[in-house]
Amino acid sequence: MMEMLARQNSRRRLTNSIMTSLTALCAFVAVGILALILGYIAYRGVTSISLQFLVDTPKPVGEGGGIGHAIVGTLILLATASLIGLPIGIAAGIYLAEFGDGWFGRIARFVTDTLTGVPSIVVGVFVYTLIVLPMKHYSALAGALALAIVMIPIVTRTTEEMIRLVPTSLREGALALGAPQWKVTMGVVLPAAASGIATGAMLAIARVSGETAPLLFTAFGSRFFNYYLDQPMASLTVQIYNYAISPYDEWHAQAWAATLVLMALILAINIVVRFVTRKKF
Amino acid sequence: MTVPKPIFVPPRSEHPNVRQSELPVSAQAKIEVRQLSFFYGRVKALHDITLNIPERMVMAFIGPSGCGKSTFLRALNRMNDTIPGTRAVGEVSIDGRDIYAPGTDVVELRRRVGMVFQKSNPFPKSIFDNVAYGLRINNLASSKEDLSERVEKALTDAALWPEVKDRLKTSALGLSGGQQQRLCIARALAIRPEVILMDEPASALDPIATQKIEELIVELKRDYTIAIVTHNMQQAARVSDRTAFFWLGKLIEINDTERIFTNPDEKLTEDYITGRFG
Repeated sequence: MMEMLARQNSRRRLTNSIMTSLTALCAFVAVGILALILGYIAYRGVTSISLQFLVDTPKPVGEGGGIGHAIVGTLILLATASLIGLPIGIAAGIYLAEFGDGWFGRIARFVTDTLTGVPSIVVGVFVYTLIVLPMKHYSALAGALALAIVMIPIVTRTTEEMIRLVPTSLREGALALGAPQWKVTMGVVLPAAASGIATGAMLAIARVSGETAPLLFTAFGSRFFNYYLDQPMASLTVQIYNYAISPYDEWHAQAWAATLVLMALILAINIVVRFVTRKKF
Repeated sequence: MTVPKPIFVPPRSEHPNVRQSELPVSAQAKIEVRQLSFFYGRVKALHDITLNIPERMVMAFIGPSGCGKSTFLRALNRMNDTIPGTRAVGEVSIDGRDIYAPGTDVVELRRRVGMVFQKSNPFPKSIFDNVAYGLRINNLASSKEDLSERVEKALTDAALWPEVKDRLKTSALGLSGGQQQRLCIARALAIRPEVILMDEPASALDPIATQKIEELIVELKRDYTIAIVTHNMQQAARVSDRTAFFWLGKLIEINDTERIFTNPDEKLTEDYITGRFG
């Protein structure tokens, strides 16, 4: 009897340690791949980075040049896209969470989910037909709009999920003090969900900052500094793409460096947003 | 645990020890409920409840789980409106005005009828902002100083001021469970409601915190009409003047608290009080 129990015990312990090691291994692989990618980008990119590279515009092969215009372009594109996409996405998420139990809410939710799965190049083609063709030229605005369309469903669904996580008791507490519905949403529910919503927004920004396809035939790219939304605008991703498919080793090296800059940029956005929306209470 | 104060027994001339239904509609009833039924979808949770809640007294609602006492309490400030598919039939009058009449301003109603919930639910804001919230949304403070004074008054009335006066700007979520519940009471008091509904306000608290809340309730009835739902019969006996016993959505008996716990009219009440069921 005791022997049997002891045998069962040792078997249980063995299974436990095997499974723990397996999950740990998988976690290591997941993180390891990311570390490898980051490490390799840093290794290939860091040699070409200089102050000149960060502020200059592209030059013919052999003369150096930089990606300052693309950094500025990416920032402008992201800011404009966020300006369009975040308010719409967050407002839609609030609607779905607070009032979206009817047939309209169900349809909106389904469409949003479908939109999340639409390949981003399709969004690019759509905006091309909608904006670029009538305007007869590429523009930063078209690029930002394409990015915004990619952002909206992500922001909408994460906002909805985050608002649904706010306990009913908080809403009731505010209602019981004579707060009208909109004040409950704006003053209690949204602040309580703010850090989660910000995380969703950040994810969306990080996601579109790596998008190339929707920008190829909307913002198109440029070799110069451009600050006007109605003109074509360079972006890091398109610049990386153009350099990477070129036949020149120097441009390949610059593509690696631009990739490193892009990663650093996303990291910086992450840190800033986390800091700004950190839980105060 | 010792009872902090003797239970207030109303003079007999005003409150004869008879069933409420035999009472004349007294002028001092703050809330008059007539034939109130309540439905969750098709399920009838309250059956033709008729009772009065007297002004500036504590009225306790007791009964086993699911008997409808919480539903009844939430019907008094129309908090049940937030649950889809519910319906109330009948009349609930506060100061003679039916709160279920069409055109009733529910927001205004809830300002007059405050509520404290079973689980303390402070907002994820600072202690000060929690109490100031109701004042701010209702524009009740004329200036910054006025706001501070009202917050201090509410916290003092809720017997919390000495414990928090040096940490008003810190998170309300850092308070202990009992303090959080008293903060929620302070939050309700700040906007000077006329009635305070309490839904098992001490059920999640330890005996010491419970005692503080109970002392507070007895204190508060000087200025407020209080209706309290409780699972704890000793608590009902300690804090209330009148007690109503609910069973399966029906009002079985309503009487002076002392009478209910010593010599109830109904056999069912006696069985519940003595622990034969529930």
